[in-house]
Amino acid sequence: MILELFVDANRCIGCRACVEACSECPGHGGQSMIHLDFVERAASVQTAPTVCMHCADPACAAVCPADAIKIDAQGVVLTAMPERCIGCGNCALACPFGVPTVHPGIELMMKCDLCYDRTAVGLKPMCATVCPSGALFYGTRETVEDLRRARAANEFQFDGGLVRTRNHLMMPAATGVVAVGGVLTAPRSRAEQHLEEALC
Amino acid sequence: MAMLPATVDALIDAHGPHLAFEPPGGFAARTAPDRRVETHCCFCGQQCGVKLLVKDEQVVGVEPWEEFPFNQGKLCPKGVKRYLQNNHPDRLRHPLVRTGRGFSRIPWDEALDLVAERFERLQRRWGRDGVAVLSGASLTNEKAYLMGKFARLAVGTRHIDYNGRLCMVAAGAANLKAFGIDRAANPWADIAATDLVMVLGANVSECSPITTDYIWRARDRGARVIVVDPRLTPIARTAELYLPVRPGRDALLMNAILHAVIRLGGVDRQFVAEHTNGFDGLRQALERCTPEAVEHEVGIPAARIVEAAQMWVQAPRTMLLHARGIEHHTHGVDNVLTCINLVLATGKIGKPGCGYATITGQGNGQGAREHGQRCNQLPGARDIENPAHRAHVAALWGVPETALPGKGATAPEIVEMIHRGEIRGLLSLCFNPLVSLPDAAFTRAALERLDFYVAIDFFLSETARHADLVLPGSLQEEDEGTVTSVEGRVIHVRKAVDPPGEARADWRIICDLAARLGVGDRFDFASPAAIFDELRQLSAGGVADYSGITYEKIDRQMGVFWPCPSLDHRGTPRLFEGGRFAHPDGRARFHAVEYRPPAEVADQEYPLILTTGRIVSQFLSGTQTRRIGPLVAHQPQPRVEMHPRLAGKLGIADGQRVRVTSRRGHVDLHAHVVATIRPDTVFIPYHWPGVHSANRLTLRAYDPIAKIPEFKVSAVRIEPLSGGDA
Repeated sequence: MILELFVDANRCIGCRACVEACSECPGHGGQSMIHLDFVERAASVQTAPTVCMHCADPACAAVCPADAIKIDAQGVVLTAMPERCIGCGNCALACPFGVPTVHPGIELMMKCDLCYDRTAVGLKPMCATVCPSGALFYGTRETVEDLRRARAANEFQFDGGLVRTRNHLMMPAATGVVAVGGVLTAPRSRAEQHLEEALC
Repeated sequence: MAMLPATVDALIDAHGPHLAFEPPGGFAARTAPDRRVETHCCFCGQQCGVKLLVKDEQVVGVEPWEEFPFNQGKLCPKGVKRYLQNNHPDRLRHPLVRTGRGFSRIPWDEALDLVAERFERLQRRWGRDGVAVLSGASLTNEKAYLMGKFARLAVGTRHIDYNGRLCMVAAGAANLKAFGIDRAANPWADIAATDLVMVLGANVSECSPITTDYIWRARDRGARVIVVDPRLTPIARTAELYLPVRPGRDALLMNAILHAVIRLGGVDRQFVAEHTNGFDGLRQALERCTPEAVEHEVGIPAARIVEAAQMWVQAPRTMLLHARGIEHHTHGVDNVLTCINLVLATGKIGKPGCGYATITGQGNGQGAREHGQRCNQLPGARDIENPAHRAHVAALWGVPETALPGKGATAPEIVEMIHRGEIRGLLSLCFNPLVSLPDAAFTRAALERLDFYVAIDFFLSETARHADLVLPGSLQEEDEGTVTSVEGRVIHVRKAVDPPGEARADWRIICDLAARLGVGDRFDFASPAAIFDELRQLSAGGVADYSGITYEKIDRQMGVFWPCPSLDHRGTPRLFEGGRFAHPDGRARFHAVEYRPPAEVADQEYPLILTTGRIVSQFLSGTQTRRIGPLVAHQPQPRVEMHPRLAGKLGIADGQRVRVTSRRGHVDLHAHVVATIRPDTVFIPYHWPGVHSANRLTLRAYDPIAKIPEFKVSAVRIEPLSGGDA
């Protein structure tokens, strides 16, 4: 049984529980490795959590000059090895999803390791445990697709090529490969049309 | 007397708010905790289960409690970072007395003697009711019960009320009128099992985030969602139907929806005939309330109003949820009654996946409104003006019925009486009215007129800065007790650590004060469990019957839903099954509501509607959450939210400083220009004091029955300030 992380931005309410919980995980030293962004706040309240997608062939590891980023037997791309990482930031530049962050002061790249300390003892990652809307879900693909109407996708077509990931994004319907590119705007919702109609 | 004893800056230097970012000793020192205490988050009425990690007798962190059924480990950011309030540098650790230059330490015995001496002196001069008690809805049931008994028997005043006056009272009064009982009608599991969720005036995603999960679980099964709110909130963004109501027009909207439901043939005639009274009068009153007639006042096209009625009629099971958005009004009770009318007329209550609830806001928003700290109430949700109820309580308290004071003033009225010099002494616990009451300048002037003010608090709140004497009480995790969650589920708050320094559990302070006031024998409690046992006895036979609930049973069942009238009773998760209501005849009541406009309507001088509310990272007046660094970092200061069309008309850019002015005063804030709010409405969150206080703008206008303030509608004007982004 393979347990994976599923990200469903459509359910995200922007509360930042994931961001705060990530910093509480033992071994994270109070640092959060999740970014939570408004997609286009001027127009919409849509938010999206960005967690490491754990690529099958991770660009961050490929470009690391110090060979500091390792992948474990479960396909989890680990945070940089402190004794090797030189804080150059190549990984941050190379990642197609914008995940790794070089933490200033400690000159170390830190990124999501899927809560290694927790998953090793049968717990869910901290972010997926606390998320109050189910925007972050940890379990099997069968379970999440059985529970929900959305469908899981883990192949992404970037300008630079196809990226397969261990984690999944939930899409409104089965989409196959997800095309990524262009300027990000929040999808227009029915509710926004209803607000446009308001009589003032 | 109660002018600030030092400058605000000096008081902040000494007592905060300062920001805590890390557990004691830092994150690196936080290894292998000594114990994990299964308890609940102190913030908000959801009362999520959470484990607090304790090491060396200090709270050092948090772990989700996945076994607790309500939230199954889910938390909002407040729940994740709540532990940082413990070991906080601002924590009050010693009794403090006002001096010419701030506060200085005083021994406990002297402090308690001082309260007794000053209260007795004031009451000799001004009468028993010359001293008032203000209490809070974040207190445990045990403490809420104790405060009511303390005010009536120890202080002997009729004037005790609580900050639930700013929260639950409109819904509570309407529920009592319609159903004869004031509690969420359904357990939250019914939300996940419904076909249509209608959410009115509830920014669920920020104020009760865990409820989001229940709504999404319903949607996963195909349920649809209607949201009524002047702001396009995160839960509204994905709704099938969003009704951007003009603030203050909720009753008119709901009347029109029910009119359309009647026209569509959606009335459940059998249910109405068998289980309700008053429908014919309501139907007549609604005859002219067509969607077309009200659309301009409500601010929503008639077609959308009809669409809501169609969705409601088509759904076999519905759950209607509302919160402060429709309750913080001079017609808050009316607004709630119009919601209940819709639910009753269509018979959509008392069934699995089908019913109604108000979403309580405060930590013990439900339980703290049941056991006698309200000005008109005795334990067990009894009525202080009902002779039978008075006799029952007086007998169990061992006093003659005549010794029980009568109905007192509500919290806002208490402040007005202080302002008029009719109340001269005050004891407060768990209430920060300077930030939370409307018209903050008025509240400040009232506090400055008190002859003697004693505040029990864990941090020096903005209000407590005005006290003559500050007694260091307990944080939620420093005491044991029960609270009653949003669902009506009585749960067990476990003690994690002792209060620090000389601080004491709140209930010990109250019992010690009662002894100083000469009634120690009636407050001879050895533990919160002993107080709970007395509360159970007092509540027996009342509406809110807790007599069959014990701490052990709560632990075994993961909570017990009241009413629970005997030890072998499992509790009552769902009310009104089989259409049986709590009025003596077993029938629910319809109430025809004639729409009244808000107290203040937009005019040429003040052309915009201000509405206030909460953000996800702060809780109420912020006494706790404005001290938790990671939460403050989300949004360090309030901003005024406005639509780009309005901003364009006023020549305001996003981020620019603006002045918001009402008839009460003004605040200067940065503009947040977003297309997710009605263009005729602006929004400011209310968690901040002083120059950032939204309540400098709000008005002292109250619902005539519930006395809840009209926080959701004030008339304001806005002008840009020069200096751009400064």
